[in-house]
Amino acid sequence: MSEAALSGASEALTMTGRSLRLSRRNVDALITALALPVLLLLIFVYFFGGAIDTGTGTWYVTYVVPGVLLLCAGFGAASTAQAVTEDLKGGIIDRFRSLDIGGTPILAGHVLASTARNLLATSLVFALSFAIGFRPAASPAGWLAAIGLLVAYITALSWLSAAVGLLVRSPEAAGGFTFFISFLPYPSSAFVPTDTMPPWLQGFATCQPVTQVIEAVRGLLLGQPIGATGWVALAWCAGITAVATTAAGLLFRRRVLA
Amino acid sequence: MCPAPGPASGPAPAPPAIRAVGLRKAYRDVEVLRGLDLTVPRGAVHALLGPNGAGKTTAVRILATLTEADAGSATVAGHDVRAERSRVRRAISLTGQFAAVDEMQTGAENLRMMARLTPRAGAGTSRSARTGRAAARARAAELLDRFDLSYAADRLVRTYSGGMRRRLDLAASLVGQPEVIFLDEPTTGLDPRSRQELWTVVRDLSAQGTTVFLTTQYLEEADRLADRISVLDGGTLVAEGTADELKRRVADHRLDVVVTEAAYHRLAPQAAHRTPETRTLGFPTGGGAREVRALLDALDPDGTGIERFALHTATLDDVFLTLTRTTPAPAPAPAGQRAEEPSHV
Ligand SMILES: Nc1ncnc2c1ncn2[C@@H]1O[C@H](COP(=O)(O)OP(=O)(O)O)[C@@H](O)[C@H]1O
Ligand SMILES: [Mg+2]
Repeated sequence: MSEAALSGASEALTMTGRSLRLSRRNVDALITALALPVLLLLIFVYFFGGAIDTGTGTWYVTYVVPGVLLLCAGFGAASTAQAVTEDLKGGIIDRFRSLDIGGTPILAGHVLASTARNLLATSLVFALSFAIGFRPAASPAGWLAAIGLLVAYITALSWLSAAVGLLVRSPEAAGGFTFFISFLPYPSSAFVPTDTMPPWLQGFATCQPVTQVIEAVRGLLLGQPIGATGWVALAWCAGITAVATTAAGLLFRRRVLA
Repeated sequence: MCPAPGPASGPAPAPPAIRAVGLRKAYRDVEVLRGLDLTVPRGAVHALLGPNGAGKTTAVRILATLTEADAGSATVAGHDVRAERSRVRRAISLTGQFAAVDEMQTGAENLRMMARLTPRAGAGTSRSARTGRAAARARAAELLDRFDLSYAADRLVRTYSGGMRRRLDLAASLVGQPEVIFLDEPTTGLDPRSRQELWTVVRDLSAQGTTVFLTTQYLEEADRLADRISVLDGGTLVAEGTADELKRRVADHRLDVVVTEAAYHRLAPQAAHRTPETRTLGFPTGGGAREVRALLDALDPDGTGIERFALHTATLDDVFLTLTRTTPAPAPAPAGQRAEEPSHV
């Protein structure tokens, strides 16, 4: 690895430590980020689950766990936007830049911290769903692939969120993005199969990235063949990440070099 | 560990710490800097003095490589701010108008983080040589001690007072032992005691050989701290020199007269200073007996308007107001920051 990359990596690690400390102390947000998945899981399984027939012959919890995971991943990743706008409000970015630290390590720190936060929420959802009867049939490789895909999804949304944080001017506006992202899993196969939706919605719901990721994660966890879905999902995540990191780089330069 | 900073020993080829030639910067169609020239020798304390909106922050950000000038050139610590950005950054620190510390980290955590992100002293230009964990811890402890913050090291910055926060901010900017430090309005918003503490810190830094470039709206601050002062107004320098030189340039003395109500309204527009509450007006003068007598006669030909008078040595305030008067009305200083109401004629 080149010297610059090495130093960039060490800076990103320090930045991640910072972001993690900041999120640990933002107690309200942390409680929300951990309580939300738990509540959503319970609501979907016990309130709605009885009435939903997914046509898969399994108990609803088995169907819905990947959906809850993605819903919460979106919500958690979107808080990256708020963290970035907070940074831009004060003088800290100037201080980092005067230490010759580029935008990438600063943003990567927020993204990595977001991933860590989300994996904590994910573990919580898994633990609870096991307790209420979720019985996945995944092989160790399937588990690894499912978690890898979740991480890729969280990373993609976190970078997108970081770019949004650089675009908007206030934490409130960043909050609007959270709302949008949290809404995306509803018109997907997260909670009900897409073929139960009206035709005009079906097209979008079947093709959108959330459905691809959910179908792949669900298939992997249940030990079912997923065909190319896994690759399609991964391609979506990689594509979003590529676009978002490029946009974030440009926006960072525009915001701070004025 | 890092060697203590000190005056450079041995023969120094020494380009000036800061040299700027013809810096220009516009935002949209607003010209913020219109050809700024500056030379600051190594080890000096230099003040850039100007009213709100004069372009001080813009100038500092250009010199600190955070903003690019539209035209002109500048070197800091001998390196070009455009072509050798990384080298400049390595040699400087910036403490801006807004605190650059995390409210939700403790003082010690903030400093350790900054230390981790700072190149090890003596690492040359190698980018990978950021400071290790143990060294960062030691450096943070040292700085906390030096800035009298050890007792609050493990408290969240959110609980700090304004003065403590400013000291921490300054401490954070010093982890890398910069040669040139930029302070953008370091005492704005501080209470008098915290301001005094900060002045002491600046003098200590200067005593150790660090070049200090500070901006301020407070004339007193420039007078107390700076070896030389550049007065910036409307994007250009309107004067430069030591505090004494500037005072001499305008007028040695100021004649304060307490006048009747009627005379106050007649004379106020010509005065350099006005204090309506006490009906006192100030006028620049050389201070000789003949000159003062002539001035009194001119102001009050029939001898009924002036009740009392007093002669003062001119303050930097007088200089500042005289020098910045010709340009179209700079924003007045916030109420309560000056004892006297400045007149912008
Ligand atoms: N990023 C910017 N975009 C547009 N205008 C700016 C920007 N930064 C500063 N200005 C304008 O430039 C002028 C000088 O600003 P500044 O350098 O901050 O002055 P000072 O620090 O002396 O108060 C102000 O009128 C301000 O509104
Ligand atoms: Mg300013």
